[in-house]
Amino acid sequence: MAASPTPGAVWQALNAVPDPEIPVVSITDMGMVRDVTVDGGGRVQVTFTPTFSGCPALHVIRDSIEQAVKELGVAEVEVKSTLTPPWTTDWINEDARERLRQYGIAPPAPAGEGQLIQLEAEPTRCPRCSSFDVRMTASFGPTLCKRMYVCDSCKEPFEGFKSV
Amino acid sequence: MTAATEATLTPAQTAGLIRRLTALADDEIVLAHRGGEWTGHAPILEEDIALANMAQDELGHAGLYLGLRAELDGSDADRLAFFRDADGYTCARFVELPRGDWALTMLRHFLYDTFEALWLEAATRSTYAPLAAVAAKAVREEKFHVQHTALWVERLALGTPESLRRLQAALAELWPHVGQLFQPVDGEAELTQAGLLPDLGAVQARWQDLVARHLHGKCGLTLPALPAEQAPRTVHTSHLAPLLAEMQAVARQHPDAEVW
Repeated sequence: MAASPTPGAVWQALNAVPDPEIPVVSITDMGMVRDVTVDGGGRVQVTFTPTFSGCPALHVIRDSIEQAVKELGVAEVEVKSTLTPPWTTDWINEDARERLRQYGIAPPAPAGEGQLIQLEAEPTRCPRCSSFDVRMTASFGPTLCKRMYVCDSCKEPFEGFKSV
Repeated sequence: MTAATEATLTPAQTAGLIRRLTALADDEIVLAHRGGEWTGHAPILEEDIALANMAQDELGHAGLYLGLRAELDGSDADRLAFFRDADGYTCARFVELPRGDWALTMLRHFLYDTFEALWLEAATRSTYAPLAAVAAKAVREEKFHVQHTALWVERLALGTPESLRRLQAALAELWPHVGQLFQPVDGEAELTQAGLLPDLGAVQARWQDLVARHLHGKCGLTLPALPAEQAPRTVHTSHLAPLLAEMQAVARQHPDAEVW
């Protein structure tokens, strides 16, 4: 017989699903999981929000969510995506920001609801030595969510998470 | 004004909305292909990666627009992208033009990205809730394109006499075509009146101001005059058909494949 987990148990399972491109953080750390419902028949519905609309890892994330819930013994899982409200890096939790920094990725600056057309990039701090004396060397990195920097203080190159 | 849904749109509004969504998606698909042509050819590795990133975003946005269209008419995004010929595409000639040199590539992106960012920003206020949601999502991504290409345009303008000459030449080539981006599709005026779509005239006024401040004010370029007349989006240059032939080759050879 198929199991009927509590929503809390589903959340806990999703806490262990890593972001496919940044494995030190989970999809819940990133604020991508918006809602979990379990109906009377034990059917689970997970609603997630895509980070970047052109992200090639979206299908991987969708499959990983389904897999993680099925491992709880659930027979029917529906993974829905929603664009409202749009994902923002402000939803990345504090603990995950620290893990990003330790991994060598500068966490995103607050996105807020600033002006649309800003021709200047937001200030970024070196994740190794905390210096603001950094230079952006490429505004697009190996994934849509990152930029490349060099720190002029400790001389190390690093990646920075875009503030969206 | 109350929010519109698929159910409350009139047939004429649905048809107009489909035309606008398809035009937007077609512009993005074709420009993404032109960006992709630089893979392995950009002046430095970082720019190869940047153009691939931007092309990925644009295909993502095309996917969002075609997703909205699918809700209206049940169409399939892959079929639309890979199995329509040039006479079925409704992209603007501005995005079809060959990729040209680096100055033309960066300038075209800058002109297009500022248009897209401003249009999306206006579309976040659409009374058609699904479009407002897509716009709110996409506009956050578009700002990175604008930041990147604005900086390149400035760098080329203030670089050497050769880079400035190339940039000014690119402006002369692109400028006569850019007005087509602001041309309404059939039935668009009614949709704008109903608050479903942004007012293209207002978007163009903001675009003109922003672009002139950057290109003329900051970069010292001379802006040519905009031609009064623009061809409709159904009339293409001879560059589109070969582009589609290349882009669609694999899908057409394997029409039963699930993923290309």
